[in-house]
Order: sequence, then structure tokens, then C-alpha cells
Amino acid sequence: MPYVITAPCVADYSCVEICPVNCISPGPDEKGFNDAEQMYINPDECISCSACVEACPVLAIYESDCLPKKYQHYADINRDYFKQPDIIQLKAVSK
Amino acid sequence: MSDTKPYRIAIVGTGPSGMYSLAHLIEERNLNVEVDLYERLPTPWGLVRSGVAPDHPEKKWVVDRQFDYFFKRPEVRFFGNTEVGTHVSVEELSDWYDGVIYAVGASSDTKMNVPGEDLPGCWAAREFVSWYNGHPDYRDFGFDLSHERAVIIGNGNVALDVARILTLPESELRKTDIADHTIEAVGNGNLKEVVILGRRGHMQGAFNNPELEELEHIEGVEVLIEGSELPPEDEPVDENAEWEAKRKLATLQRLKKRKMPEAEKRIILHFLASPLEVLGDGKVEKLRVVRNELIDGRAVATDDITEIDTGLVLRAIGYRGYPFPGLPFDDSRGVIANDGIGRITDGDTPVPGAYVTGWIKRGPRGIIGSNKRCSRDTVRCWLEDVEAGKLTTASKTGEEVYAIIKERQPELVERPEWLKIDHSERVAGRQQDRPRVKYTVVDDMLKIAHGD
Repeated sequence: MPYVITAPCVADYSCVEICPVNCISPGPDEKGFNDAEQMYINPDECISCSACVEACPVLAIYESDCLPKKYQHYADINRDYFKQPDIIQLKAVSK
Repeated sequence: MSDTKPYRIAIVGTGPSGMYSLAHLIEERNLNVEVDLYERLPTPWGLVRSGVAPDHPEKKWVVDRQFDYFFKRPEVRFFGNTEVGTHVSVEELSDWYDGVIYAVGASSDTKMNVPGEDLPGCWAAREFVSWYNGHPDYRDFGFDLSHERAVIIGNGNVALDVARILTLPESELRKTDIADHTIEAVGNGNLKEVVILGRRGHMQGAFNNPELEELEHIEGVEVLIEGSELPPEDEPVDENAEWEAKRKLATLQRLKKRKMPEAEKRIILHFLASPLEVLGDGKVEKLRVVRNELIDGRAVATDDITEIDTGLVLRAIGYRGYPFPGLPFDDSRGVIANDGIGRITDGDTPVPGAYVTGWIKRGPRGIIGSNKRCSRDTVRCWLEDVEAGKLTTASKTGEEVYAIIKERQPELVERPEWLKIDHSERVAGRQQDRPRVKYTVVDDMLKIAHGD
């Protein structure tokens, strides 16, 4: 099950820094970082290693099947973020 | 660089941007540093303590899980209750250290510039936030909550934070670390309705999605949407709209559908409206408001003018930096003049050894973690200048600086003293099932800090 970033996220990108497969966006050098509401995990790339869970300073990251009730919709939000046409392209540039 | 004499750095301000600067200095490989943290208050953490809403305790975990890890390092000293400009000057810091990072935040705010703005009862939301979070400078601000309606100008996250605090049931407030004087004032008040005015339409709300979605979960509070007609849910959304804006629209549509006939309080998100004048005889009684139209994304006033009865008007249209004595200020942007990366500049010339980060560098935007990248860039500036040999060497050792500071401020609060304050607040909180009960008077903090 992929991991999901939820509402408490403060955009401290410790998760981006630790993610071994670079599946979390937007990183500090990606466009849109300065105004980012939160970070998002790409569920199609996440390998469920859970490294980000411990790194998160506000414990905002959960496994998608263990989301607290009020954050259930964040699985879709994380997935939908990566459906924006320009996101993948931006990530490729920043790598 | 590890075998050489340590570089000595001062950071002024211990909010997120100061603490992220500290983190980047400590984490820099092969760099030997000693860092002194200067903080005007006896308590660290800046807006994490005095800005983050009390009903968002999870955001404050960044202190225990991030900031404190660096704060408690042996090469780091906390000089709390010590004000730059009073106990030590900008010139002295520049002389004593190999680099000084100013992380003093934005301590003022943007005015509405409408007549009547100075009437009692019209405040900055920033002041209200500092008050409910127990900031010592604001504890005696007498907010009058006796009227049934409050109006907030601007619909960013601060506006939504304030609206929640004004409408949450007292039982919910009592679970948080909100200042006791606020629980009392809200409990004794008569507020039933909070109107949030947004200049532009529902697709241009300044709030973030998580904050907007929270409005769906406040017990006993109905949320109404006025001033702007939401499209039906089955209507395809403008494909050019930002993804975040579409998510906000979906939330607004859910809020609109929600029926809460039993609700005792309500929050009204009123779009396409601007304040024209605050009216009242000796205090705020009414707010005159004009309806706007959205033309090419801009709000344009119509001649449709109404008056809203209210006793409390809070402007939440942006924080603004305040000039820091002794440093060049960019008045148009409300920031300490800088090169856009991290060096303080006087005209086009960098001020040697002086750096800036956070809201006082880039303006008041972004959330806690936005400051991490900002501070990374600032620390990189300093590292580059060190490499390039552009800096003069610190004139004093750590011991010499400590002796001077301690002499000038006998009531210095260092980390052990702060821990006493922290512990005392947490113990008081434990007895009431709250995260902490804050001290709101500096003298009370100092009594604990320096008592046995």
C-alpha cells in the first residue's frame, strides 16, 4: 500500500530528501514549492518503504489503508496531484 | 574545515526560519560552527508558539521532532530574553561573529486604508492571533466580543484560523494550549456569526485547501457561502483552473450542500466584497461594504453598497515586515533589503557578514516548511562568502560574548531556564488534559526560569 501525505503537512520536505525513489513532490527546487500547500506522494511510484513516515516532523504521513477518518480523501488528493499534466514534466526537469 | 577554529554565527530570532538556518548550519558536512541564538522573548519558536492555531497541535510537533534536535546541540546557545537593539547592537554582532543571520519575521501588517480603521474594535488579525496564543506583548489587548457578529477582512489561512477560534465550542478550546484569557473572553462573549470578506470570487480564495476543509468539521457551526454563485456540481469546471482551485471549489460545493438547522453559530464566506469604511460613534458599529465584480481576474467595485452591523473588525490582508533598527529596509516590499537569495544589501552592495531569512527576507508568504528552503539558500550565501574570503573574522570568543551578554542582561534565559518554563507549562497542561498552559507574562516566565 502506498503512503499518503495529509492535512497537517507543513511543507518541511524532509520526506522528499529521504525518499529513495524520488516520488514526493514538490521538492524545494521544483516550481511551485514556495506556495505549496503540502507535499504529495505519487502512489504509482511509492515503494511503501515508510522512510518518509519517520522523517516527517509533524507525522502527517499514513499508509493509504490506515488513513484517519477525516483524512480518507487524501489518498485521492495525493494521486490527483500527479494527474496535473505539467507535474511529471517539472519533476523530470528538476532531476 | 573541521580541524580549524569553529566559525561563530549569530541567529537573531528563533522562529521557523531561524531554526531551519540553525539546522542547515549544523547539518553542513565538514563545517565546524558554534551558533548563538538571540531571542527577544524568554520563549523560543516564534510563530510556531504564537502564530500556529491552538487547534492545530500536530503542526507544533515540528518543535519536538525537528527544531529541538538542533536546539539542544552542545555547540548551540540560546540567549533568550535578549533583544538586539537593546542588549546588543547590530554593529556589535557584526563585529563579534563570523556571520549574523536575521530571522526576525514580519511583525506588522497591511492596513486596509479605509476611513474609520482606527476606531476601537478594528484590529489586525495578527494582533488577535498573538492574543489568543498568549504572546506577552498582546495579553492586555482588550478584544470586545460582546457583539453577535465579527467581520474578518481577507480570506487567507489567518482569517480561517481566527474564524474557527471565534466559533469553536468552549469545550474544544479547553483541549488546546490557547491562552486562558481567550477562553474566558469567548465564553463571556455573544458571538454567533463571523463574516469573512474576500475581495475576489470563490475560485480566488486565499485560503489553503486543508484549512478550508476543516470548516466541514466544526461542531455546531454552519458555513454559508455568499456573494458568489457556485456552479452546479455536475457542471464541468474550467479546465484552465489550477488544480488547487478546483479542489477548493469542490469543498465549497460540499459546504453549500451541508444543512445544519441545529447550528448555533455560523461562518459566512462572503466573496466579491471589499470594505469601504468602518463606522461608529467612538467604537466600531458598522462596516460599509461594496460588492465587486470580477473582470479579467481583477476585483472591480460596483455601486452596490451595503452596511453590516458588527462590533469587531479584524483585517487579515497580510503580515508585513517592520524596519529593523540598524539594517537597511526595503519599504516597498516590507522586508530587510536583500539580494533575493540571503545577503542583506545597502543599495547594490552586500553588507558584509549580514544575512537574512524567512518572512523578513521574502515577504510574508508560505507555511512553516517554506522557510526551510529559504534558510538553506541563506546559509549557502554565507558558505559561499566564507569560501570567497569575503568575511572578517569574529573578534570575540564564545566566552567573551557570553560574559558581555550576561552582564548586560542578568535575566538571560538560556536553554536550561527555558526548559524550566517549558516543563512548568506542560505540567500545568497535564492537570487539565491540555498540551500546555502558557505563561503570558514575562515576569511570570522569569520567576520560573530563575527560581529554585
